[in-house]
Amino acid sequence: MTRLVILGAGTAGTMLANAVAKHHPTWSMTVVDADDQHVYQPGLLFLPFRGRPDRLVRSRKAQLNPRVDYVNSPITAIHPDQKRVDLGVGIIIDYELLVIATGSHPRPDLVEGLTDERIWRRRAHEFYSLEGAIALQRTLRTFSEGKLLVHIAEMPIKCPVAPLEFALLAEDHYRKRRLRHKVDITFATPLDGAFTRPVAKQTLGDLLVDRSIRVTTDVAVERIDPASQRLVAYDGRELPFDLLVTIPPHTGARVLEGTGLVDDVGFVRVDPHTLRSVVDPSVFAVGDATNVPTSKAGSVAHFQVEHLLENLAAVAEGREPTARFDGHANCFVESGRGQALLLDFSYDVEPLPGTYPLPGVGPMSLLKPTRLNHLGKLAFEPIYWNMLLPGRPLPVPTTLTLTGKRPVTGKD
Amino acid sequence: MPATNTIDGHTFAINEEGFFTQRDDWNEELAGILAELIGVEMTDAHWKALRFMRDDQATTGVTPTLRRMQTVGGFDVKELYRLFPGKPAKKMSYLAGLPKPIGCV
Ligand SMILES: Cc1cc2nc3c(=O)[nH]c(=O)nc-3n(C[C@H](O)[C@H](O)[C@H](O)COP(=O)(O)OP(=O)(O)OC[C@H]3O[C@@H](n4cnc5c(N)ncnc54)[C@H](O)[C@@H]3O)c2cc1C
Repeated sequence: MTRLVILGAGTAGTMLANAVAKHHPTWSMTVVDADDQHVYQPGLLFLPFRGRPDRLVRSRKAQLNPRVDYVNSPITAIHPDQKRVDLGVGIIIDYELLVIATGSHPRPDLVEGLTDERIWRRRAHEFYSLEGAIALQRTLRTFSEGKLLVHIAEMPIKCPVAPLEFALLAEDHYRKRRLRHKVDITFATPLDGAFTRPVAKQTLGDLLVDRSIRVTTDVAVERIDPASQRLVAYDGRELPFDLLVTIPPHTGARVLEGTGLVDDVGFVRVDPHTLRSVVDPSVFAVGDATNVPTSKAGSVAHFQVEHLLENLAAVAEGREPTARFDGHANCFVESGRGQALLLDFSYDVEPLPGTYPLPGVGPMSLLKPTRLNHLGKLAFEPIYWNMLLPGRPLPVPTTLTLTGKRPVTGKD
Repeated sequence: MPATNTIDGHTFAINEEGFFTQRDDWNEELAGILAELIGVEMTDAHWKALRFMRDDQATTGVTPTLRRMQTVGGFDVKELYRLFPGKPAKKMSYLAGLPKPIGCV
């Protein structure tokens, strides 16, 4: 009987646990998470503008198949050499196979001056955590004039399009309130353009320009000066703000530090196709916790789970893992004005214009803002709770198909 | 498109942005010539950074990011900005004959 332990019951851990419960009911499986609050993270993008926070939170345990053995406790140490995980209060669990699904975490403490009490959660915000999004909602209610600086500290971050979407939604927010002329919006990024992939970078960059959002590229933040409310970059540039909305640097879960399993920012080093640790054959990782070179997104976790399930079964039966994840990611990019774009890409295939999932028919349009894509983004919430997490079949392929996409030939 | 560049008798394969695609096409003499082309005057401190990057990339397979230069290599990021003004990550990987650091997807 295979003894599997899954660390983390967020998007990836929950999907995997439910899939294992369904396909391998004889395995013994334990899932651990620190609390019982499963947050629908894509909702954090909208929360600063509207909505009640409690609507984004559900019980973690309730999302898990009742057959799953769920332990509600912080993980305090991992000992791969002894195939053992320590939970606080002296509980120890052993495993044969370990899956790390502990996610990616914003770390405001890594930017000097950011969490200074004069500005933190008042003039300097983030919206990647529930409490951060709630605090920003409070600030946006009264912020009606001045310089809004939307900023990404460092890559990689989860959902790399969310900061851009935030800038576009903020533009909408102030335009609707007829305050747009009083609020100056700047988007500052460490990248050399609006996004990481060439075609999407162009399209998204144009969108920002169209909405009169200033884009400042190659910004490597050295520190935030709380007294003068400036972001100071290593190259000497200084960006003043009245309201800073930053995406802090991300790291893997702190408990992974020193285990030998992770890279220098704490993401589990895995084979990008099999998701198996490159140093320990009993360890796999899934979701935001891995170091694979694709976006950290719920959709990616969904595409990974299917392959991981197959690979865990292979290893449990003493075979080599052969299912290969191709880096497939797709994300709806909310572009304001009730529209959204859809990006679809993988390790080797860039985001291209076209339609999705059915070539020539859609209904979704790739890389083009449409109303239907926006509705698609909103529809994602019930899909998340009712289809993705419980593992009900979705009519979306888990490896990227090139049908329906048009190669880029100069003008669209 | 794959292409090559030839400077002062050195030929090296490059990608569409001009970064090296074959780390073995690189040598210190070539790096010195490229540095001159982009207006960087090489000192011991410059070489120390480039050598760290080459050694690190040889073991990890990826170009180190600025954060890694700081945490693993013990370099001061501010100092790297002084040595390679403007866009240190890009300039350093170019001069070290390595791909542009990713970390950014
Ligand atoms: C603002 C925002 C918008 C987003 N929008 C989208 C979108 O539109 N589409 C999309 O696909 N994705 C989106 N995402 C990304 C998506 O939410 C994540 O990629 C996804 O949740 C990753 O799942 P995960 O299981 O890897 O990590 P998580 O869901 O974060 O789960 C990690 C779990 O590990 C647990 N954990 C960590 N350390 C410990 C410990 N020491 N002890 C116990 N438990 C621990 C945590 O409590 C957590 O529950 C968005 C994210 C944000 C922040």
